Amino acid sequence: MYDMKALYEAESVSDAIRLRLEHPEAQIIAGGSDVLVQMREGKRAGKELISIYGINALRGVSIDGDEALRIGSLTSFSHITRDPLIQRYINVLGEAVDQVGSPQIRNIGTIGGNTCNGVTSADSASTLHAYEAIVELTGKNGVRRLPIKDFYIKAGVVDIRAEEGEIQTAILIPKASYENTFGHYIKYGMRNAMEIASLGCSVNVRLSPDKKTIERCRIAYGVAGPVPMRAPSAEAIANGSALTEEMVTEFALSVLSDINPRDSWRASKAFRQHIAVEMARRALIASIEKAGGVIA
Amino acid sequence: MSQYKLVRCNINGKDVERMVDVRASLTDMLRNDYRLTSVKKGCEVGECGACNVLIDGEAFNSCIYLAVWADGKHIRTLEGLMGPNGELSDIQQAFIDETAIQCGFCTPGFIMSAVEVLESGELYSREELRKRLSGHLCRCTGYENILNAVEKTMKRRHGIPVD
Ligand SMILES: Cc1cc2nc3c(=O)[nH]c(=O)nc-3n(C[C@H](O)[C@H](O)[C@H](O)COP(=O)(O)OP(=O)(O)OC[C@H]3O[C@@H](n4cnc5c(N)ncnc54)[C@H](O)[C@@H]3O)c2cc1C
Ligand code: FES
Ligand code: FES
Repeated sequence: MYDMKALYEAESVSDAIRLRLEHPEAQIIAGGSDVLVQMREGKRAGKELISIYGINALRGVSIDGDEALRIGSLTSFSHITRDPLIQRYINVLGEAVDQVGSPQIRNIGTIGGNTCNGVTSADSASTLHAYEAIVELTGKNGVRRLPIKDFYIKAGVVDIRAEEGEIQTAILIPKASYENTFGHYIKYGMRNAMEIASLGCSVNVRLSPDKKTIERCRIAYGVAGPVPMRAPSAEAIANGSALTEEMVTEFALSVLSDINPRDSWRASKAFRQHIAVEMARRALIASIEKAGGVIA
Repeated sequence: MSQYKLVRCNINGKDVERMVDVRASLTDMLRNDYRLTSVKKGCEVGECGACNVLIDGEAFNSCIYLAVWADGKHIRTLEGLMGPNGELSDIQQAFIDETAIQCGFCTPGFIMSAVEVLESGELYSREELRKRLSGHLCRCTGYENILNAVEKTMKRRHGIPVD
């Protein structure tokens, strides 16, 4: 038995908003792979929960009117990885979430939970930052959309207005962001399965039509700071550059001026800085190769 | 004050219903209300896979799954693999033949993940099988034999000869 005070089950988004307004103390539970574990550990013992797990309208991937990729917040990791639209337009996201925990965790864990928990090590977070994802929140005043970098406020805290009954309803990837891009995610952990990232790095590139230069490069990290972050100096070096070894090296080294990792029991700051450079290098090379480019 | 909810579902092919305490995990419901004790309580925080069951064909750790979410779902546990006269299924027999069981605590969970693998109809490489089974801990560390049992059963089902 879980030590919970009460459970309210929402059947629709409007139901969830109403329940949130009626029970301001209650916490949202989606797949529960964070919430139920914390409850078991006593951290949320005695709390009320609002379950949104039954809202099937929040599951699945589609293309919306603006040709943005729309990922319902309750879509599980395994369904994201298997989705044909994801595979076609942003395969790196499917590959990244395929590195979460274990098969069972990937069946229960949702992308909404993975972002709403505000955790820097979340395996979807760096890729979503590197694709300038838009977070869609729905509350009593309607829909609010904000860039993912503004959604993260600080470690463990995201911009969801509980007092307005808000829940996250979707994550959108604009066409301008995903179109003609190829990306690669690297998770560094002590073991292959059941391991939280010591550092995560997601890169994506769009090459020029002749595949000789990088038109646009984006790179983002998890665990390189209190929240997931981009590395703008590195991007500036790659953008518009020819595909050379020197560029790749310069790109990789420059991430050190952007990131700010810390010492933790998982890894020291110095080690994280060391692997951050190597991961940037490898992820850029892999992205260029996936895009059909050849490094001279 | 306890709060209860009617949960209707299909367990191992049978439609059932029960009033369930909303605080119960699916492990609690399967073990206590339905006496399906193949569903083990190991870590109870989603790490070991001892409580793994299939829900609508996908593997879930029932310890971090609310019992009320089972409403309307098809659930399968190890007990459901048994033939009409109590026969073992091929994957269970393979676990015995390959000595993939020591204390047996992790076995039901492993086998249910193996069932998902086998029923997918895919022919996985050894490396892929490792990944498919990575959500299970065996404290007796019989991993190689477990992999052998799953790999051989998979191959047999594909008509590939194995020794
Ligand atoms: C054994 C194990 C291994 C794990 N390994 C990994 C790993 O390798 N990588 C990784 O990134 N994570 C890992 N996790 C953590 C977890 O599985 C993920 O963070 C998952 O995405 C959480 O999703 P959920 O739906 O289960 O979230 P929940 O636990 O339901 O919710 C998480 C948080 O988000 C809030 N929330 C959820 N959905 C919404 C919404 N739509 N609107 C508003 N608020 C919402 C909840 O209130 C809660 O604060 C692991 C967990 C376990 C138990
Ligand atoms: S008991 Fe459920 S995963 Fe360990
Ligand atoms: S056989 Fe003992 S835990 Fe696996």
